[in-house]
Amino acid sequence: MKRHITPANLILGAILLWAGWHLFDWAVLKAVFRPDAAACHALEGSGACWGVVAEKYRVILFGRYPLDEQWRPLLATLLMLGLLGISTLQRFRNRRLWLVWSIGLALFIFLLKGGLFGLENVDTPRWGGLPLTLILTVFGLAGAFPLAVLLALGRNGRLPVVRTLCTVFIELVRGVPMVAVLFMAAFLFPLFMPRGWEFPSLLRVLVAIILFAGAYMAEVIRGGLLAVPKGQAEAAQALGLSYWQVQLTVILPQALRNVLPALMNSAIALFKDTSLVIIVGLFELTGALGLAVDGDPKWRAFALDGYLFIALIYWIGCFTTSRYSRSLESKAA
Amino acid sequence: MKTALIAVIAIASALSSVPAHAGKTADAIRARGQLACGVSTGVAGFSAADSKGEWRGMDVDFCRALAAAVLKDPSKVRWSPLTSQQRFTALQSGEIDILSRNTTWTLGRDAGQGLVYAGYMFIDGQGFLVHKRSKVNEARQLNGAEICVQTGTTTEKNLAEFARANRIQFKTLMFENLRAVLKAFFSGRCQAFTADASALASIRANDSGKPEDYVVLPDRISKEPLGPVVRRGDEDWFALVRWAIFALLEAEERGITRANVDTVRQRSDDPAVQRLLGVSEDVGKPLGLDREWVYRMLKAVGNYGEIFERNVGPESLLQLPRGINALPRDGGVMYSPPLR
Repeated sequence: MKRHITPANLILGAILLWAGWHLFDWAVLKAVFRPDAAACHALEGSGACWGVVAEKYRVILFGRYPLDEQWRPLLATLLMLGLLGISTLQRFRNRRLWLVWSIGLALFIFLLKGGLFGLENVDTPRWGGLPLTLILTVFGLAGAFPLAVLLALGRNGRLPVVRTLCTVFIELVRGVPMVAVLFMAAFLFPLFMPRGWEFPSLLRVLVAIILFAGAYMAEVIRGGLLAVPKGQAEAAQALGLSYWQVQLTVILPQALRNVLPALMNSAIALFKDTSLVIIVGLFELTGALGLAVDGDPKWRAFALDGYLFIALIYWIGCFTTSRYSRSLESKAA
Repeated sequence: MKTALIAVIAIASALSSVPAHAGKTADAIRARGQLACGVSTGVAGFSAADSKGEWRGMDVDFCRALAAAVLKDPSKVRWSPLTSQQRFTALQSGEIDILSRNTTWTLGRDAGQGLVYAGYMFIDGQGFLVHKRSKVNEARQLNGAEICVQTGTTTEKNLAEFARANRIQFKTLMFENLRAVLKAFFSGRCQAFTADASALASIRANDSGKPEDYVVLPDRISKEPLGPVVRRGDEDWFALVRWAIFALLEAEERGITRANVDTVRQRSDDPAVQRLLGVSEDVGKPLGLDREWVYRMLKAVGNYGEIFERNVGPESLLQLPRGINALPRDGGVMYSPPLR
């Protein structure tokens, strides 16, 4: 035990204690929690102004969603978190989970959209904040994953036309920044459509995200496919299994298990990339914060405190995903 | 069955076809029951969402006034918050009926892009904010100084042109967003901060900590008339929007406010007032509107002066003087042709 008490450790420990104390002092002791702009200004930076969150939390969390109806996105968000939660539990992992997800997602969309059973209709441009971030991430991943598997199999396969198409698609999408893809989906696409034909911007952006994330994940999965020894496929074929049987029951389970950490990495990256959709006018968590504080001279000085708040939300999301990924890996090993 | 349906449609359209020729945009707005109004994602005093997500500002009030005129209900507006990159595309593609988003009226935008400006709601100009300590009284004295600029707008170009025209030099420090510029300027990294004067005034009042220590120089190095934009090709809608601005100005000139509009309508003998409020003549008809359209606009948001005072005036958070945006009789340029 004794060798831990070295001069270096003592110094580092002291620095950590000192920094930790200052952080605590700034974030808790001296902080203003009330929605009181004058009190926040009086701090002059000596403490955090969580008052900006207390004042603006409605817009930060739910964007432009109508105020009186905000119990709906709240309920929808809890529902989505619940769905994600039970999916991580071993005893719920069976065929019925598909059913639960289908009903859950339908309910999720219904809660946000309304228009039936006396719920007021709320169009997609008004969706925002945390539920929108969740939609883009969850639906984005749900769409991107099957696409990625098909693209990876196609690029790895023996059919020249399919292989070329998949390769061209993957390289094309990976060759442009996500912002450019979003721009095309949001601005160029409607110009080519006849007037009056309106696809909601959310749908266009979601498709763009699926294509983009799909291309990246396809390369991750292809890496996994390449790592499975050739003998596996040959042995399975020798047993008389069809192409799809070979892929679905022999190759993919091994390939996906191999690349689980990299896939989770893509998922986490996508979760944070959703904040880019602000440039096309969708106000997910990050955009909603800008909407809440940028145009308010009283509070815009405390945007940083607001960003720290949403950073905490992002961090909780990413950290949970990462812990879950670790537990999956240890089970798979 | 089919004839009954046709009869119903015929009767319904006969009943609803009050306006003479409102134009296809106005028809679309009525059919939709909502005015699609493009605003900013948050510019204080012009268009910004408050803590409850309610839109406030001059540009916002103008859309409310239009909704009151066309749809008889100022709340029937669908807001589209647009970034500066997407604003024109949104108008061109038909996603919005009007762009009311502090957008500078320039020749290139007015003539070359299938768009047309209906007038101006606010006249701004690029200026400089300096610390009083610097003892600078006019922009030319800033020769050789470091100037903070926010990128992505015409601000840097105006600054360069001003320097060249006056044979002086600036060292420009560029920043991506407003928060970064403010931090740099208030921590003393540059001697002056250049932006539109309205923005500078609100920054001085709200972000400086000590407004009395800072001053906005009197120089205006650019013209920034801000006004609503519509699509080309629908002159009727263009005329409606343009005359809605004029009507708000005319109401201020005649002293008709949100508070007194009812009494004035009943009691005033002034022919111009009677005409404006639809008592004596119907000034709405040529625009495809009914005779009470101005009355409804004033009931909803008040006259131009009231809109200005409420959102950007000396009592608001922006604390802007009326200046050039006053009526001609007060030394400004907000002139309205006769509404008759």
